[in-house]
Amino acid sequence: MSTLTAPQPLSLRTLASSRRFFRWLTSTRVVLSLIMLVLMFFMVVIPVYRMVATTLTYQRHDLTQVPGAVIGEPTLYHYIRMLTGVLGKIYLYIPLQHSLTIAIGATVLALLIGGSLAWLVVRTDMPGRRLVNILAVIPYIMPSWTLAQAWLVFFKNRLSGGSPGVFEYLVGQAPPDWLSYGPVPIILCSALHYYTFFFLFVSAALLSIDSNLEEAGELAGASRQRILRKITFPLVLPAILSGFIMTFSKVLGTFGGPNILGTPVRYYVVATMIRGSMGVGDKADALVLSVVLVVFSMAIVGLNQRLIGTRKSYETIGGRGFVAQLSKLGKPKTLVMIGVIVFQILVIVVPLGLLVYSTFMLRDGNYSLSNLSLQHWIGPRGTIYNNGEPGVLLNPKIYKTAWNSIRLSLWTGFFTALLGILLGYAIVKGRGTRLSKLVEQLAFIPYVIPGIAFGAVYIAMFSRKLGPMPALYGTFALLVIVSVAKHIPYSSRSGVSAMMQVGRELEEAGQIAGASTWRRFRRIIFPLTSGGFVAGFLLTFITTMRELSLIILLVTPQTEVLASQTMFYTENGNGQMANCVILILIALVAVGYLIISRFRGGSLKKGLGM
Amino acid sequence: METVIHIKNLTKHFGKVVAVNDVSLTIEPGSFLTLLGPSGCGKTTLLRCVAGLEDPDGGQIYIGDKLVFSYPQGISLPPGQRNLGLVFQSYALWPHMTVYKNMTFALEVQKLPKDEMNKRVRESLAEVQMEGYADRYPREMSGGQQQRIALARMLAYRPKVFLMDEPLSNLDARLRMDMRAELKRLHYVAKATTIYVTHDQVEALTMSSKIAVMKEGVLQQLDTPDVVYHYPANLFVADFIGNPKVNLLDGAVDGAGTVDLGEFRMAVDTRDATGEVVVAVRPEDVTISTKPVPGAVEFAAYSVLPSGADSTIVARVGELEITVKEQGISKINMDDRIWLTFNPQALNLYDKKSGNLIIPKS
Repeated sequence: MSTLTAPQPLSLRTLASSRRFFRWLTSTRVVLSLIMLVLMFFMVVIPVYRMVATTLTYQRHDLTQVPGAVIGEPTLYHYIRMLTGVLGKIYLYIPLQHSLTIAIGATVLALLIGGSLAWLVVRTDMPGRRLVNILAVIPYIMPSWTLAQAWLVFFKNRLSGGSPGVFEYLVGQAPPDWLSYGPVPIILCSALHYYTFFFLFVSAALLSIDSNLEEAGELAGASRQRILRKITFPLVLPAILSGFIMTFSKVLGTFGGPNILGTPVRYYVVATMIRGSMGVGDKADALVLSVVLVVFSMAIVGLNQRLIGTRKSYETIGGRGFVAQLSKLGKPKTLVMIGVIVFQILVIVVPLGLLVYSTFMLRDGNYSLSNLSLQHWIGPRGTIYNNGEPGVLLNPKIYKTAWNSIRLSLWTGFFTALLGILLGYAIVKGRGTRLSKLVEQLAFIPYVIPGIAFGAVYIAMFSRKLGPMPALYGTFALLVIVSVAKHIPYSSRSGVSAMMQVGRELEEAGQIAGASTWRRFRRIIFPLTSGGFVAGFLLTFITTMRELSLIILLVTPQTEVLASQTMFYTENGNGQMANCVILILIALVAVGYLIISRFRGGSLKKGLGM
Repeated sequence: METVIHIKNLTKHFGKVVAVNDVSLTIEPGSFLTLLGPSGCGKTTLLRCVAGLEDPDGGQIYIGDKLVFSYPQGISLPPGQRNLGLVFQSYALWPHMTVYKNMTFALEVQKLPKDEMNKRVRESLAEVQMEGYADRYPREMSGGQQQRIALARMLAYRPKVFLMDEPLSNLDARLRMDMRAELKRLHYVAKATTIYVTHDQVEALTMSSKIAVMKEGVLQQLDTPDVVYHYPANLFVADFIGNPKVNLLDGAVDGAGTVDLGEFRMAVDTRDATGEVVVAVRPEDVTISTKPVPGAVEFAAYSVLPSGADSTIVARVGELEITVKEQGISKINMDDRIWLTFNPQALNLYDKKSGNLIIPKS
């Protein structure tokens, strides 16, 4: 065997390094990473680029307003228009103020509710904790604007030109505007929906705290109050902050609630403004608003990372199940339990009851028993009600819409779960390499783009032909793509955690045995991650089913889904039809959720990447 | 059948850290080589490079006469084509497959006929005394049983080379003793060239034909257990091998054949040594006496640690501390006066500056 100290000819060295490069390039993780990068490039990077580019060039719509403008020429016109003067005030500053008010209000309220519930369930001896634990997740399963719809049924006054609500019927007097519409009900309804984030995050964090840490404080002579403040709270702070950015960014981009409860009194938020601008064809203006939303969302995420960046070391949630010492609530514990359960009934049973009841009223606002009817469910076609549409259960349009919802959720669930496993593989196997970091960071981008802005981005990108891609606007495929893209951060996180649980030696043992990449995937990786795959699939199924903000700008009459259908009924004054549809939607989601909780290892927590 | 392994100038970096630094060694056909060293010394990385699970950034590896890796030629065969078996530290038994499926996985890749597979499984299970476990799942077995199955899985596909990455480290002390004997027997029967990674020096001494001691990615010594134990190539190896630890005493060569240790002088045989040295004395090479003996040095018993078959005595004179090993339960009490005799032939001298062994003239 020759020694290799002698320098090689150049040609041999190039050959060797090209062989090495080829081997690197064809290794499974690199191939997968590259495919993922290309996918995300098309689904995330280009759309964001196109969004920004559109706001910085003249559009067809501008020709009437700017003499001498040339389509496609670079300009700051849209920014100047939207950020200054009276237009800026109407289009941006006031809606932004409203959006921030709602986001902050709802997030803080959700934190208070979710945090206290988590503490009560995990760390106290309150009776009935299991029940509370189960009920706490239900508001999140319902579409986010369910409460808003129910609120309307109860509190609406004649301001919106409709009929009186239950409140007026019972009290005999119309509720004031501030109670019926605007920030107060929007904040309340959003908070009562999103407190689940905090509940899940904080209870997971509380569960993972080693109670020795608290006992050490106790031994040091600290009072319970002090321990809670000085030890427990700092330990769950990262979880609280995570919940905070998640909720804040969601509320900022949420469309349903503000549209139902804000628009009737011209209380506009950025999300409803974006839809308005899109509606009148002012795409660039809508995109400027979207950019503003994204910037705010990014600022919040950045702030969060600065705040907890260095402390992330203890953010890991072990799930080792430490036996924590429970705080004694003493005598009033039964009272506390009753209070909590009454609260949960108020936010779950009462709204649903109101919705159900409203669907049985022939004429809205008439609460007499003689007004009860099945018209909205199984009424015939061509009556004076609902613009002549038949009841939802006999309505082919509704069946089509429901089928659209179901297949959208099935496809999105499937692709999201698949992407999760592949992203997880690419990221985990390449841990520490730059390629892996790049994939992970790209996968995070959709997280900071609020739902409605994401929809707007996709309009900017896919409304016309782009390279080999046909114009996708109006197609069902576009809805699937945007839903999968928006889910990428969650799927990559849960994919990574699923892949981490498969020790790398298990796959290496397959390599040693001479199994090909495909065989290793089929026989080792997939079977070992299938639990995570199915859980991811089901979770995405239910979140997609009730997603509205993301797709509201992208649906067309052909691709209508249940979520958007309720909104259109509401906007057209067919509140009861809307409520029927929302109940069907909730029923579908509930079935999905029941299947999840049946499934081993499936839980809402896992789907949030915890 | 028996396969030689050549490793030449192998180097592997992780970022800026050199995990394996220019290691060259040859593993004789059918021999049992142990890679020994503290954690982080690069022994596992070296093994993984041989297996093909890591891509080194320099050097060559031959298995038999097959070039499986060559950096200068840009060659690297995938693990499956290197004809080797690996027992992982975690065993890496696939939890979703039965023992039978675990064992036939590689055989299916090789497309062996069904009855040949069954025969291999039966034989391999018999070799590790686990007949009748073919239908179990890994989690239905104890750690020791899983260990045996991991071995059987490797045996079933009859590789030419066995690689083992700390296979016994997850077992309790007793089971480990039993498995050592089993493994040694298994190697004796199969005669496959074996590379065995461990940080346990006793394991290395008891099992190997040769030991390669590593530190910070660099090969320190490659030799038979006998030589590595009695003539450690440098102070690191001397300090790492042996239990209780070797006594390392700073001194200066003082005329022909004596070393001044401060408290006393020691005769050191015929060696070309000058200047500052370190004297290495194995605890069992010191004779202990409760009465004055000619040529002995007086110490005080600082601590006495009997442990059944033998006792360890920590002896002190002035600042100097020496550990001594004595057969049986010691009768010496703490603070007793004792006399120690050093065998000049059993000492090793190291150059203080380089830390290398000063070879005795023989």
